[in-house]
Amino acid sequence: MAYKRQIDRLPIIPSDADEFNVTCHYCIVGCGYKAYTWPMNKQGGTAPNQNKFGVDLSEQQFQDSEAWYAPSMYNVVRQSGKDVHLVVKPDANCVVNSGLGSIRGARMAENRPSKVTGTQQQRLSDPMVWRNGVWQPTSWDDALDLVARVTAQVVQQSSEDDIVVSMFDHGGSAGGYENTWGTGKLYFESMKIKNCRIHNRPAYNSEVHSSRDMGVDELNYAYEDYTLTDTIFMVGANSMETQTNLYLNHMVPGLQGGAKMIVVDPRRTLTISSSEQYAGQENVLHLAIAEGTDMVLFNALLTHIVDQGWINADFIAASTFQGDEAVAQDSAYPAGLGSLDYAMQTCRTTLDEAAKICGVSAADIQKAAEWIAQPHDDGSRRKCVTCYEKGIIWGNDNYRTIGALVNIALATGNVGREGGGVCRLGGHQEGYFRPSEAHVGRPSEYVDQFLIRGLGGVHHIWACDHYKTTLNASEFKRVHKRRSDLVKDAIDGAAGGTREQVVDAIVSAINAGGLFVVDVDIIHSQIGQNAHVILPACEANEMNLTSMNGERRLRLSEKYMDPFGNSLPDALIAAKIAQHMERVLREMGEDAYADQFQGYDWETEEDAFMDGYGAAHTAVTYEHLRAAGNNGVQEPVVGYENGQLVGTMRLYTDGVFTRHGREDGKALFCAAGWRGWQAPGKAREQAAHRFWINNVRANIFWQNQFLDQDNDFVQDRYPHPFVEMHPDDMVDLGLNPGDLLEIINDNGVTQGMAYPMPTLKRNTVAMVFGSPAGSQGNVVNPGVNELVLPDYKHCWGDIRKISDATAQTRGISFKSHEIML
Amino acid sequence: MKCNKLVDAGRRQFLRGGMAATAGAVAATVMTPEQAKAQALARVDYPANRLANIADLVVNEPMDISYPDVDSPGVLLKLGEAVEGGVGPDGDIVAYSVLCPHQGWLMSYSAEDKTLNCPGHHSRFDCETGGQQIWGHATNNLAQFLLSVDDQGDISANGIDELIYGRLSNVLA
Repeated sequence: MAYKRQIDRLPIIPSDADEFNVTCHYCIVGCGYKAYTWPMNKQGGTAPNQNKFGVDLSEQQFQDSEAWYAPSMYNVVRQSGKDVHLVVKPDANCVVNSGLGSIRGARMAENRPSKVTGTQQQRLSDPMVWRNGVWQPTSWDDALDLVARVTAQVVQQSSEDDIVVSMFDHGGSAGGYENTWGTGKLYFESMKIKNCRIHNRPAYNSEVHSSRDMGVDELNYAYEDYTLTDTIFMVGANSMETQTNLYLNHMVPGLQGGAKMIVVDPRRTLTISSSEQYAGQENVLHLAIAEGTDMVLFNALLTHIVDQGWINADFIAASTFQGDEAVAQDSAYPAGLGSLDYAMQTCRTTLDEAAKICGVSAADIQKAAEWIAQPHDDGSRRKCVTCYEKGIIWGNDNYRTIGALVNIALATGNVGREGGGVCRLGGHQEGYFRPSEAHVGRPSEYVDQFLIRGLGGVHHIWACDHYKTTLNASEFKRVHKRRSDLVKDAIDGAAGGTREQVVDAIVSAINAGGLFVVDVDIIHSQIGQNAHVILPACEANEMNLTSMNGERRLRLSEKYMDPFGNSLPDALIAAKIAQHMERVLREMGEDAYADQFQGYDWETEEDAFMDGYGAAHTAVTYEHLRAAGNNGVQEPVVGYENGQLVGTMRLYTDGVFTRHGREDGKALFCAAGWRGWQAPGKAREQAAHRFWINNVRANIFWQNQFLDQDNDFVQDRYPHPFVEMHPDDMVDLGLNPGDLLEIINDNGVTQGMAYPMPTLKRNTVAMVFGSPAGSQGNVVNPGVNELVLPDYKHCWGDIRKISDATAQTRGISFKSHEIML
Repeated sequence: MKCNKLVDAGRRQFLRGGMAATAGAVAATVMTPEQAKAQALARVDYPANRLANIADLVVNEPMDISYPDVDSPGVLLKLGEAVEGGVGPDGDIVAYSVLCPHQGWLMSYSAEDKTLNCPGHHSRFDCETGGQQIWGHATNNLAQFLLSVDDQGDISANGIDELIYGRLSNVLA
C-alpha cells in the first residue's frame, strides 16, 4: 500500500517571506527553484494580500500553477540559530525548467535535516574519531589534530605519494567552485598529490578525453538548441529518466515542433516511449544495437554521410585540420587524430558490416544517417544536436567510441551553430576550479589497484563512497576493510595513551600494511565504516555554492539555512586541515614544508570562491551572481556590462576549436579503429554467463540516493535495488515480481529485487547503479581503457533466487513504466 | 493518443475553470464551499459526501466524481478484485483525485492496466496499490479519497490521505 504523508494542509507563505535563489544541486540540469523562509510564529493567509503569490488561495488553483507546493516542498529548518518555515518550489521564471519540478528537486526541502520534523537525521553533525571501539563525537580541533599528525608523519617518513585522495570534481551537491578550489588548493598546490581519484571512477581523469583532444569541449551547446534542431541524436542516455526537465522543457518542444529523434540504446527506454507520444512513432528511430558496438554504428553513419556527400565541406575546410596525422597513437592517446581523410582510412565501415556487428538493419542505419545529415529538399543543411552519456562514457572503448561520435558532428559541421552541438548530458553539475593537475600524469594512476596492491598509507575521502560507486567493488571493499581494520585495532590497542602514542601506533600499523582513513561527507557512508576520523560537511543552501549546468549556466545557489550541527562547507574543512598541517609541521621543525600550507585564512565560502575562481574571473562575484538570479550567466563569462554579467550562449560559433590547446584552432578527427571488446576480461565473461548485467538509473533517486535511503516516499517505492528482467526470464528462473535475487560472477556478488520489464531483450537485466542496498559495481570486473576509464556497462553474470517477495516488496506496483494514454 | 472518454469529459470542463456543469448527478450531494469551510482544528474537517450507489458502478469503468467539493475532480472505481483499502462487499471500490500531483493536469484512466495517466509529463499511478506512482515526477503518491459504504450500498467519501494539487488545504477555506 502506497506511502502517504497524511498531510491535509500546509502553512501559507506570507507576502513578506524571505526569498532565495536556489539551483537544484542534485543533477546536471540545475533547475531553478525559489526558497522562501519565514518565522515560526507567522503565517500567510488565503487573501491575495496575505500571501507571496498575491492570489486568492481559498480557491482551487489550476494546472501549472505557481501558487501551489507539495508537502515535500515544505520543512522546518534552522536559520541563523532559529527554526523557520521553509518552502522550496520550482521557479517559473528560470529558463532551464520554466517552473517544472522533478521528483528529485521538488523534494529538496523534505531532504533537509530538521530536528523539528525529524527529516534526514542521518546527516553528520559533529566530527567523530574512532576511540575505544566506537566513533566518538568530538571537536574539530581534536579530530583535525589527529588527521594532520598522521598525514604529516606519513609524508615525512616517505612521501606525498603515500597520501591517497578520493575527491569529487563536480558541481552541485558536495562540489562547486568553492569546494573544488578548497580541496584542489590543499592537494594540488600545498601538496602535489598524484594518487587521487574522482567519486565515480578509479583515477583522476576526464571522462571524455577524445572529445577534448579533438578540440571540442563536451559542453558546447545551449539547451535551446534542442528546440531549434531538425534531429536529436541521443546515444547511451535516457533523459526522460535522468535529465528530466531538460527533456520535458527543451527536447519535447523540439519534438513537438517537428524534430526527429534517434536513440541508440540496447534497451527500449522511457525516453523512447515518451518521445513516440510527443513526436509520433514515425519520427522516433530506436537503434537497439548489441551492447558495446556503438563505435561500429558511428563509423558506418560517418562513412555513409561522407559517401553521400552530406558533409559540410566549408566547415571542414575552415575549422578542421587539413593534413594527415596530427597526433599519433601512443600510451596517452588511444587513437590517432588528424584530418577527416586520415580518420576515414580507419573508420570506413559499410552499412552491411555495421548491421552485422550491431544487430540492427542496414536500412535503419541508413535512415539514421539521413535524419542526421541528408540536406533538406531546398538544399539547406540539416541541423542535428548530438547528446550522449554513460552508455558510451562507461562503455566499450571509451576513447575511440566518443571520438567516433564527435567525428559525425564535425563532419556535418554541427558544432557551434544553432540547433547543433555534440555534448555529454552529464550527471552532476560542473564546478571545477583547481590548480594544475599536470603532476597527476596521463594515464593517471589506477588508484583502486594502487590501494589493493597494499600501497599508500593514508586515504582522505571527500564525498565519495566507493562501496557503491566503483568497479571491482567486491575486492576493493575486502582490501580496504582489511587494511583499515589494522589501524582500528592499533588505535584500540593504544587506548588510554597520549596523542603521540596513538599516532605512533597508527603509523606503525600503516607500515605493517594498514590504511588510515579520513572520511569527509554529509552522512556516515558505507566506506565511512572504515574511517578513523569522520568530518561532517554541509550541502548547497547550507552554504552558498556556485556551479554550472549542462549548458554552462553559472548560478549562485544561496544559503538559506544553517549547516546541520557543527558541519562545515568542504572548502572550509580543507582550509582547517591546511592550517592544522602547518601547525603540526612547524612543531615537527619542518618550516619550509609548513610554509606551503599558508593562504587559507578564509572565514566563509565566499572567501574561498574569491581566492580561486573569483581571482581568475574578476567580473564574477557573489554580488553579480545574486543579481543574475536563477538564469545566471552561461560560461565563459566575457565581461560585465550595464550591470549584467555577459556570457557565451554556445561555444565555437567562430569555428575556432581550442579545447586541445592547439594554436591552429583546428578540430581533429579521431581514427576510431574497432577492436571488439577493449577492456580485458570482457569477452571471456560474456561467454561464461547467461545475463548481460546492464546498469541503469531511475528518475526517482538519480543523484540523490544517498539522501533517499532515509526518505520514506522513495523507500516505499523501491525497498530494494531493482533488477529489471524480461518476464519470460523470470519464469525460467522461478522468480515472481518482488522476489529477492543474487547476481553472481567471478568478480563478486550483488543483490536486488526482481522487477518485470517486458520491453527488455531476453537474457539482459537492467540493475540500478549505485544503490546503497546492492552495489552493481560488485560484479563489474576491473577492466579499464588505456586512460583508466572503467567499462561499468559490460558485465555478465548468473542469477539465483534468494527469497520470495517480502511483505514490503509484495505491496509495490510492478506495472509498466510506459504511459498508457 | 486515445483518452478515456468519461474522464476526458471532465478534463475539458476542468480546463475551462469549473466542474459545476459536469458534476450534475453528484452536485446535489456535495457540500457547498461555505459548508465545507475548514475549522480551526489541527486537521481539516472533511465533509462526508455521498458519491454514488454500488448499483451505479460497472467493473473497471471509471465514474467521474468530485470531493470534497466540485473543484476537486476525482474518479470512483470498482476494480473487480479486492485491493488493500478497497471498500464494498468485494473490497474493490476505491476513489482517487484525478489531478496529477506533479503539475495538476487531469489524468485519464486506463482500463487496460487500471492506472491513472497524466498526458502532460507522463506520470502514472496504480489504482490497485493505493495510488502508488508507478513512474513519474510527482513527489507524492496519488491522493486517495477514503470511502465508506452503508447498508443501502451508498458510497460516501470521508477524507483524503494526501494534499490535493492546487490547494494548500484539502478543504478550501
